[in-house]
Amino acid sequence: MTMNATAPASARNAASALEPGTPGASPRAGVPRPKRTPARRASVFLSTHPRTRLALLLAAPLFWLGIVYIVALVLLLVTAFWSVDSFTGEITQEWTLDNIVTVLTGSLYQTVTLRTVGVALLVTIIDVAFALPIAFFMAKVASRRMQRILLIAVLTPLWASYLVKAYAWRSVLSQDGIWEWLVAPFGGSTPGYGLPATIITLAYLWLPYVILPIYAGLERVPDSLLEASADLGGKTWPTLRHVVLPLTMPAIIAGTIFSFSLSLGDYITVNIVGGANQMLGNLVYTNVGAANNLPLAAAIALIPIAIIFGYLFLVRRTGALDNL
Amino acid sequence: MTDQQPAIRLSGLTKEFGAVTAVDHVDLEIAAGEFFSMLGPSGSGKTTVLRLIAGFEQPTGGTIELFGDDVTKRAPFDRDVNTVFQDYALFPHMSVLDNVAYGLRVRGIGKSERNERARKALAAVRLEQMADRKPSQLSGGQRQRIALARATVVEPKVLLLDEPLGALDLKLREQMQVELKEIQRDLGITFIFVTHDQEEALTLSDRVAVFNNGRIEQLGTPAELYERPVSRFVADFVGTSNLFDDDRSRAILGRGGQHSVRPEKMTVGAGAGEAGEGVINAAGTVVETIYLGSGIRIVVDLDAGLRVSVLEQNDRNRRHDEDRGDRVVVSWHDGDVVALGGADAAAPAPA
Repeated sequence: MTMNATAPASARNAASALEPGTPGASPRAGVPRPKRTPARRASVFLSTHPRTRLALLLAAPLFWLGIVYIVALVLLLVTAFWSVDSFTGEITQEWTLDNIVTVLTGSLYQTVTLRTVGVALLVTIIDVAFALPIAFFMAKVASRRMQRILLIAVLTPLWASYLVKAYAWRSVLSQDGIWEWLVAPFGGSTPGYGLPATIITLAYLWLPYVILPIYAGLERVPDSLLEASADLGGKTWPTLRHVVLPLTMPAIIAGTIFSFSLSLGDYITVNIVGGANQMLGNLVYTNVGAANNLPLAAAIALIPIAIIFGYLFLVRRTGALDNL
Repeated sequence: MTDQQPAIRLSGLTKEFGAVTAVDHVDLEIAAGEFFSMLGPSGSGKTTVLRLIAGFEQPTGGTIELFGDDVTKRAPFDRDVNTVFQDYALFPHMSVLDNVAYGLRVRGIGKSERNERARKALAAVRLEQMADRKPSQLSGGQRQRIALARATVVEPKVLLLDEPLGALDLKLREQMQVELKEIQRDLGITFIFVTHDQEEALTLSDRVAVFNNGRIEQLGTPAELYERPVSRFVADFVGTSNLFDDDRSRAILGRGGQHSVRPEKMTVGAGAGEAGEGVINAAGTVVETIYLGSGIRIVVDLDAGLRVSVLEQNDRNRRHDEDRGDRVVVSWHDGDVVALGGADAAAPAPA
């Protein structure tokens, strides 16, 4: 930059105004230099060796995930291809597809699979139907204070034991339970024990897992988008359909992954309130326990795993897996 | 715009949030076709007034009329006003075209017609080639223009703009200011523009309302606000002012009350200062000179005990330079002294 004669003196003098000082060299009084303790040397080493740092950080969780979780799952898969000696009850480690064929072709397994998927789907639909308005109220309507109270109310049932809650529903749905007492004056009656009771109880059990992701998803939709929609002439329903639902769809699907997969694997609730009905979990349980046929149990366990993988595969494009 | 009804009439408009009165009995008429700005610091109530007009908030008291219709109780979707939001509020899951067509879509206009009209609106802001993009793929200035196209495609009677240029950098701001002005002229609709940037308000507006503590402190044309501020607040908020309190006014100006003089109305000289009818000279010491490029700001401590800021043009007449500690004389014309409402500084001036 060249300076001409009309530039003000203040600008001309600007360069000389900067004293050639040495601010960095002056010793800092009152701030002692850190001591070279072993802990400090370790920190210095780690800060310059990011890979070592990462390895130390991940060793424990990777051990847990690798050995305890994945290996157990792989063993289960491998077991499905073994068989049981019907005479001794010992597991024979010979490769066979018998169990898989049995599970795929046996009418019992087909019926139970369909029933389980049906129950899981109904539970999921009911949960989403309940969770959407609740989550919307929590995220967009309620005051800050109310929001916190509702959040605690949604989380509280998770602190109670699963068994207690299932037995509570058994009592509610019994012939002389609260349900019967409430609806009898209106000519209704309790559904009793069976698939409807199973669906009601499972829907109750998994509702918090559906509300929470939808609530979190709705929280992330800025209020200004709802205002913009109203401003442009969008009434309540068009706003929900064109703005809120598309933006929360990944969160809704994230919620359905919970309710659907938890329902697929459940066997306790159906035992408590399901009457004579069986779900896939019950078949696994009987084969591991009473029938002592671990390979067949493993083969049955592959069904919900396959269904869940199929479901995850279908929804992975929606971005739902980022919302879990 | 043949009728003589004002586009917006606010009568006794009040909004309380709990114990806080955000808007305090505001009366205001905005003419059809006007570019009207609401200027004020954050928390002065200007944005709340805008949200009340849009219908996002319900007033605690008072009425809002839109071309003579009382719309106070109507929902936002039942009002012929549209908003350009501060964060633009574009729908992230829709393409630019769908965003612009949204207002037509929820009014039940068929796909081909609404797309055609949306394309026209996009062309008006010169973004027709961006129709298929998502808002996240656009720059801030482009998003701003999409928001403008989306709000104007439904042909509102009044367009509300909530600090629409706040998120843009300086160059883009200046460019968008010109564009806004052009668009407003082309559409002929009323613009109500909320800003905390006094320069922006002065540049763009036909009239400006200066808000302070939920009330309109002063209402007038940009020139009126700048040349004749009625209160200390306006003098200080709109542009820079040298404020003389009662004591200093008596000592320097020879009369009581509050006064203000704009920095550019003052000059700094040496010797005895300027002579002439109505010229006031005050001796002082230079505290700081700040080089601004087109001008130089000289801060002077007057001997009478007041620090004033003098703005001198860096033009061809500029010969001398002042340094810190120099003894100088600051001169200004008595006609450029503006008396501010009353001797009591705290009393709010009438709007």
